[in-house]
Amino acid sequence: MQFDQILQYTLSGLSTGAIYALIGIGFSIIYNSTGIINFAQGEFVMLGGMLTLFFMGPLKLPLWAAIPCAVLISTLTGIVFERFAIRPLRQPTPINLVIITIGGSILMRGLAMLLWGKDTQSLPPFSGDEPIAIGGATILPQHIWILGITLVIIAINKLYFYHTISGKAMRACAYNRRAAGLVGIDVRRMVMFSFMISSAMGAVAGIIVAPLTMTAYDVGVMLGLKGFCAAIIGGMSSGAATVVGGLILGVLESLGAGLVSSGYKDAIAFIILLLILFIRPQGLFGKADSERV
Amino acid sequence: MLEVAGITQIFGGVTALEDVSFVAKKGDITGVIGPNGAGKTTLFNIVSGIYKQTSGSVHLEGKQVTGLPPERLARLGMVRTFQNIELFGSMTVMENVMVGMHTKSSSGILACSFLMPWSIGEERRIRDGAMKWLDFVGITGEADVTAGNLPFGKGRLLEIARALAVEPRLILMDEPAAGLNSQETLALASLIQRIRALGITVVLVEHDMELVMDICDRIVVLNLGRKLAEGTPREIQENPEVIAAYLGEG
Amino acid sequence: MKKELLKFLVFLVIVMAAPLAFKGGYLLNVLVFVGINTMLAIALNLLLGYAGQISLGHAGFFGLGAYLSGIMTATYGWNPWLVMPLAALIVGILAFMIGFPVLKLKGHYLAMATLGLGIIIYIVFNETVDLTGGPSGLSGIPNLTIAGTTFDTDLKNYYLIWSFTSVIVFLAVNLARSRVGRALRAIHDSEVAAQVLGVNARIIKIQIFALSAAISSLAGSLYAHTMTFISPASFGFNFSVELLTMVVIGGLGSIYGSFFGAVLLTLLPEFLREAQDYDIVIYGALLMAMVMFMPGGLVRGIPALFNRFIKPAGKGNGHA
Repeated sequence: MQFDQILQYTLSGLSTGAIYALIGIGFSIIYNSTGIINFAQGEFVMLGGMLTLFFMGPLKLPLWAAIPCAVLISTLTGIVFERFAIRPLRQPTPINLVIITIGGSILMRGLAMLLWGKDTQSLPPFSGDEPIAIGGATILPQHIWILGITLVIIAINKLYFYHTISGKAMRACAYNRRAAGLVGIDVRRMVMFSFMISSAMGAVAGIIVAPLTMTAYDVGVMLGLKGFCAAIIGGMSSGAATVVGGLILGVLESLGAGLVSSGYKDAIAFIILLLILFIRPQGLFGKADSERV
Repeated sequence: MLEVAGITQIFGGVTALEDVSFVAKKGDITGVIGPNGAGKTTLFNIVSGIYKQTSGSVHLEGKQVTGLPPERLARLGMVRTFQNIELFGSMTVMENVMVGMHTKSSSGILACSFLMPWSIGEERRIRDGAMKWLDFVGITGEADVTAGNLPFGKGRLLEIARALAVEPRLILMDEPAAGLNSQETLALASLIQRIRALGITVVLVEHDMELVMDICDRIVVLNLGRKLAEGTPREIQENPEVIAAYLGEG
Repeated sequence: MKKELLKFLVFLVIVMAAPLAFKGGYLLNVLVFVGINTMLAIALNLLLGYAGQISLGHAGFFGLGAYLSGIMTATYGWNPWLVMPLAALIVGILAFMIGFPVLKLKGHYLAMATLGLGIIIYIVFNETVDLTGGPSGLSGIPNLTIAGTTFDTDLKNYYLIWSFTSVIVFLAVNLARSRVGRALRAIHDSEVAAQVLGVNARIIKIQIFALSAAISSLAGSLYAHTMTFISPASFGFNFSVELLTMVVIGGLGSIYGSFFGAVLLTLLPEFLREAQDYDIVIYGALLMAMVMFMPGGLVRGIPALFNRFIKPAGKGNGHA
């Protein structure tokens, strides 16, 4: 009984953890190529879910067609945000960057509210909601979708960063922006790529989690912050460390909510966040200077 | 005055400084010279408490000060300037120097907020003191200019005035002549001598050989992180190893 | 010095005269909140505009003051005038202790840590139902009284709150112009140079963080006693962002700027009553626009605009 419960919480924790990981990698990619923590990252997660609903509802597209449209629009939003808010900044001090990304975040959230209202809505699961039994626990098909899609995205990421020219150029930027510029890498384009990739990943995360947790104009705040927490645990790596960070966070949260108190569930992420920042700001696994991309 | 003994600094496997020792005598102007990459600035950063060295010790007036943070060193009478002047760009020239009087004043948050009589008196003293130092380096005319708008040469003077406001017994200057034209350099040389005349010991890192040979009492030569030679300007000029090191550089 | 005194007197006259313009109207009630928000914006500005340290958790300190006052007076019947300074002291000490690890962080990490702190406090307000009443709030907080006068009307509250606000403005202006204010701005411009001159950056940052939290707590206590009802919703992340917007709009490092920022942002939603949902969009757009086009805030941006466009273009563009 007790064991089954723990298994159950762990399994559902893993799938939310996968979401956190995707969002966290988005944070890391931008941070590594620009030194910016993009406080608007969570809004792309919201956009993913809400846009899919929009394409399915008013525009009557089927799910399989709505998803790529939603990802596309979110990605474009990310590009526009970088091009017209981040890039023209005359004094890109950390404080100004924090303020402008927060401003962008509220703006997107507010526009979403005006466009689509304040109601919480849900996306249909991708393939039914017949529970599947695993040991003494059950999971939904959507959990499998989440884990599967996360794995695929991380694999694509790995391929991109290690086996394509532009991916390698982005890694070079992450190690040393000045030097990358000197050897002829277009750093500005890489910055735009990083916003593109992370907004796309955020949107995907928002879409695959929406059937489970519902979505609304304001889901981006919490999901974004937890994604950041995953990235911090992983030492701002955009690889395996952040994935592990997301999974740890997801499982701890799920266990904490189930076994201790559901009210404090959200606090768990922030307590972990503070502890890591105070004690091991380089992340749980980091040597002082770990793999950055 | 300042005794540096056996300083070694290793950055991630690269030895930047190896067993460097030297002494700056009270009232002297001591120059630290060396080709690029010799470790001069690293040495300064260690002595002024900005870096922590791998090993070695620093004594100030016989007191062990190894590893103390810069704000403690300032209170013990040691202050430094920076190669790329570090002004408080959004504050006026006057205010910059007033910050230099920080250790010579003590009103806390509450006394300042409530305008306690003693904090008002102290503020007046700070203002007068700052004016005196602006006058000493000769930029009283710019007192109300925003420091960020100052031309480089005057910025250098401001940085020195600000350091003097701490009323140090030892001042470390990191390439004070860098970026100055020849006229400004001449003025700087006489300023440094006037600083020494106040009884302040001066240690400077410098590229400008002429300046160093002119004003220094003793010179320490670094090369590739080691001390190559030490002596009077004349001894240094005649030292074959020093000549080789400089010629070797190109 | 004289100029500062004059500015403060003008401020006082405006504050004292404002109620005459809105006799008994609904706006008077809003102006009470302007006073509270001015205090909060100044508190945040001391930290952000002067010391250059961001906080996205100030709504939490505001809430702690409000709840400490609310709980001790409504539930335990303590004297409000006793609880108010006590709460400020407790919150100040708390912030002082948290300041040690928090202010080691810089820039984005500091923003995230303070944000996390604010959200944890917010969650605690929601979850400790026995103490705070949870999401449905805490009611029955007494109005303040002085010598038999109970502050229970908008007009009385207006003068009560603005007396506190004026004192805070006065103290903050003094502090900003003092050796402490200079040290803070020095840290902001170049921390290493400040340290070399003997400024203990670490301690002074922590002190100002604590002071800022204590002022926020005081504002919270006053808020609780004028509202007589508080709920966690007023102390969430959104309010921290609203405070940030006030400070940025008014101008970082300008005390009167914070006052203008608070006036503008508190009144804005009232003028947008018809379309209330727009306020969040407008905050976002304003924040972005200010950082992009007027990073010095209104107090510096408006005079600059004036010089550029209104004044006849005599001798070039001067120094922008």
